[in-house]
Amino acid sequence: MTLIYPRSSTTVHPASDYAPYRSTAKRHPQKPLVVIPHTMSELTGPLYGHDVVRSTEFDLTAQHKGEPIGERIIVTGRVLDEDGRPQPGTLVEIWQANACGRYVHVVDQHPAPLDPNFTGAGRAVTDADGRYRFITIKPGAYPWGNHPNAWRPNHIHFSLFGSSFLSRIVTQMYFPGDPLFPYDPIFQSVTDARDRERMIARFDLDVTKPDWALGYQFDIVLRGRNATPTEEPHDD
Amino acid sequence: MTDAANKPQMKSAGITPSATVGPYFKYGLTPAGVYPVRDAFSPTVATPDAQGDRIRITGRVLDGDGKPVSDSMIEIWQADAAGRYAHPRDGGAKPNASFKGFGRGDTNADGRYAFETIKPGSVAGPGGKQQAPHIVVAVFARGMPKHLYTRIYFAEDAANHAGDPVLMLVPTDRRNTIVAKRGIDGAYVFDIRIQGGDETVFFDL
Ligand SMILES: [Fe+3]
Repeated sequence: MTLIYPRSSTTVHPASDYAPYRSTAKRHPQKPLVVIPHTMSELTGPLYGHDVVRSTEFDLTAQHKGEPIGERIIVTGRVLDEDGRPQPGTLVEIWQANACGRYVHVVDQHPAPLDPNFTGAGRAVTDADGRYRFITIKPGAYPWGNHPNAWRPNHIHFSLFGSSFLSRIVTQMYFPGDPLFPYDPIFQSVTDARDRERMIARFDLDVTKPDWALGYQFDIVLRGRNATPTEEPHDD
Repeated sequence: MTDAANKPQMKSAGITPSATVGPYFKYGLTPAGVYPVRDAFSPTVATPDAQGDRIRITGRVLDGDGKPVSDSMIEIWQADAAGRYAHPRDGGAKPNASFKGFGRGDTNADGRYAFETIKPGSVAGPGGKQQAPHIVVAVFARGMPKHLYTRIYFAEDAANHAGDPVLMLVPTDRRNTIVAKRGIDGAYVFDIRIQGGDETVFFDL
């Protein structure tokens, strides 16, 4: 099976200069990007799997002596290509704030407590069905300096490789019904409501474990479409 | 693969949108000493058994005001010295010892990153043409809703650059922004200027 990577798929991404997200001002190219063909250099990419991930890393609540404070959650989902085909063996890396909205990072000065039992970083590799699973704590909202009274909605950062350098993505997963959505320029920089929808996890009672943790489903769709004999590879 | 497995299970409405890596990725993604959580990826790409010329590539990431970007993550992907990628799609690739060709590093307070690797060989290009030796680069940072792609070429391969199928698409007066030259210490210098007059060439893939 050969994958092709239609360019039109990338129009869902936010613009690199989105004025309401102030840091984009000095950090976006002003000259046009140079469109290049997809060569072997782009169509290949790093393949990492169980060789780098320890089996315990999917559970962010079990990395320290005690249990972290906060609402325990299960986050699971499938990594798919654009045709809905599962992507097995894909590395998924996540990082997040603790329940109080504080990151284990020297730059984070939010006056909320650190949790000695929570680092907030995890990794997993997708199984044969393209499925990953994490156990973690629901991250808190946190303030940032973008504009007066700016707060980030609850979110978990995701980083995925996929099958080639073209499918590489870093994104953020949000929780359903967050009241901060209308005020968050990072969420709103994705301008189509249906595209934003794909960044929001779905609460799932079947994933939820009785007396233990709420469950969320978050599927991630990577670039890449099956090239079939009836469909000529094309740049569109 | 069976017919059933090969059938699309759902036609997706589109890919998942990209979002910035933010200012707090370092303990989650990079191996920098402050956060000894991660060890999988490092800016040392050359494995002890890798054949080829060992090289060091270093540079600074700079914003539109020429200020260092201290919270950037750089990833590189490259072929081995024989021009083979450690990936099944590259038909020429052989299980090449332990060289994987992927590196990840972050920038320090001066916006500086550095990679230890080997010089890649020429790799196959479109239409049977060879591409000049190069390294593929992805740049991530706070303030960048999606990462930027660029390439590192090498000054000593200038004779091959005119015919390179990707460099040919870059305006002549901007090609120098993606050609690394050796500095006095022997390391290649490759600065990444995100914005401005001498802006680095970035690619739309
Ligand atoms: Fe965040």
